[in-house]
Amino acid sequence: MSNILVEERKVVIPGEALAEGLDYLPGENTYREDNKIYSKVLGLVSLSGRVIKITPLSGPYIHKPGDKVIGQVVDILFSGWRIDTGTAYQGVLNVKDATTRFIKKEEDLSKILGIGDFVIVTVTNVTSQNLIDLSMKEPGLKKINGGRIIKIGCNKVPRVIGKKASMISLIKDKTGCEITVGQNGLVWIKGPTPEGESLAERAIKLIEEKSHQEGLTIKIEEFLEQNKL
Amino acid sequence: MVYKQRLDGRKIDELRPMEAKAGVIPNADGSASFKIGKTWALAAVYGPRELYPKFLQDPKKGLLRCHYGMMPFSGSGERIRPGNSRRAQEISMVMTSALEPVVDLSAFPNAVVDIFVDLPQTDAGTRCAAISAAAIALADAGIPMTDMVSSVAVGEVDGMVCADLTYNEESYEGIVSDIPVAMLHKTKGISLLQMDGEISKKNLVKALELAEAATEKVYELQKKALTEKYVRDQDGKGNNNGKSEYEPEFETEDSRE
Repeated sequence: MSNILVEERKVVIPGEALAEGLDYLPGENTYREDNKIYSKVLGLVSLSGRVIKITPLSGPYIHKPGDKVIGQVVDILFSGWRIDTGTAYQGVLNVKDATTRFIKKEEDLSKILGIGDFVIVTVTNVTSQNLIDLSMKEPGLKKINGGRIIKIGCNKVPRVIGKKASMISLIKDKTGCEITVGQNGLVWIKGPTPEGESLAERAIKLIEEKSHQEGLTIKIEEFLEQNKL
Repeated sequence: MVYKQRLDGRKIDELRPMEAKAGVIPNADGSASFKIGKTWALAAVYGPRELYPKFLQDPKKGLLRCHYGMMPFSGSGERIRPGNSRRAQEISMVMTSALEPVVDLSAFPNAVVDIFVDLPQTDAGTRCAAISAAAIALADAGIPMTDMVSSVAVGEVDGMVCADLTYNEESYEGIVSDIPVAMLHKTKGISLLQMDGEISKKNLVKALELAEAATEKVYELQKKALTEKYVRDQDGKGNNNGKSEYEPEFETEDSRE
């Protein structure tokens, strides 16, 4: 006999029992012990088929292959760069994944990317020890020039982007800024005017603050209308 | 001299009024405030982050580090020297061992999670308040945990077994024992058990039974503090049958420049 002990979309805390019996399967951020499935983080219950998982409401960014992230060059290696993505683990961007141009053996890598530069990259590989490989060889990935970088919680990223990127395109349209949201919570905003950038920054901060409310897109639209440049 | 009624008129199993809130320190990755009577603990969690010096790194799992401190003006008004002391070091150590059984840092090798707990005001039971606050702050920081830890002190004051002793009770004339207990909610395992003073075997068993009921009350408050942060209606008050309006969406940006 198996049954669910909590409702879907309910907020649960670590150690709370979610389901009984072997008919359900423990998904992300849950674990099974003695016939019962328990939560492992503070988050929302979600059920898909027989799998119970928890969507975390807070917590660190965990690198996943395919994620687009924003990072800062912190060191230059023999054949690449060490990139800080604002987590406990630094990634490595190899020269061959950074540029299509031929790089001579003795070439000074700091001419391509210097220490302190920000880059938009994707995660290509993550090991069990959290060694991270990065790549800059896809469209849209590049060294960042100008604009500003702001930091938001990585769990709020889906909210800032919105369903089918609805939220982010709304802000882009209204402020005329170019915006890139990294999955690690860093956001790059570059606009034609500092005022536009500032407005986009305030809008994103507002989304972060009100992320657990309904009808957020409408609220942000109102906010942008009121503060129109 | 027989202790018949508690100095502040509480029942023997009654805890002092408690208050808890998650997310009180915006700069931290997770934080909590926990008050029990006049004892007040503030906890902040930072991490997982890079761990230096490098020889402390463990390639198998992350490290949990606690820092306990009483603020200079806490206590009775006698200035407490800030920084590390013999006592603070011990409490930091027992806090770490009280929390370690539930915190799962296997996903964060070579990293560290730092917990800082400071007490603006103290009236006995500080290590218990510190542990309860730290557990809320860890959960608020989104650190994977298999269970919650709740902590409360029990003891015997001149023949009476009671829960959550105040400073006045601890310094009561006669035989007094003060036993801080930290208990895991799910398994009822004990992760902290210390004692000052003396107690008979019979009363110790009685005191631990009292601790089980008392930590359960602390657990309920911890749970409330954590869910309250996310469950509120549009005006930011009241609740919505325990459900959040936060809608998780898993879209990624598809419009690439």
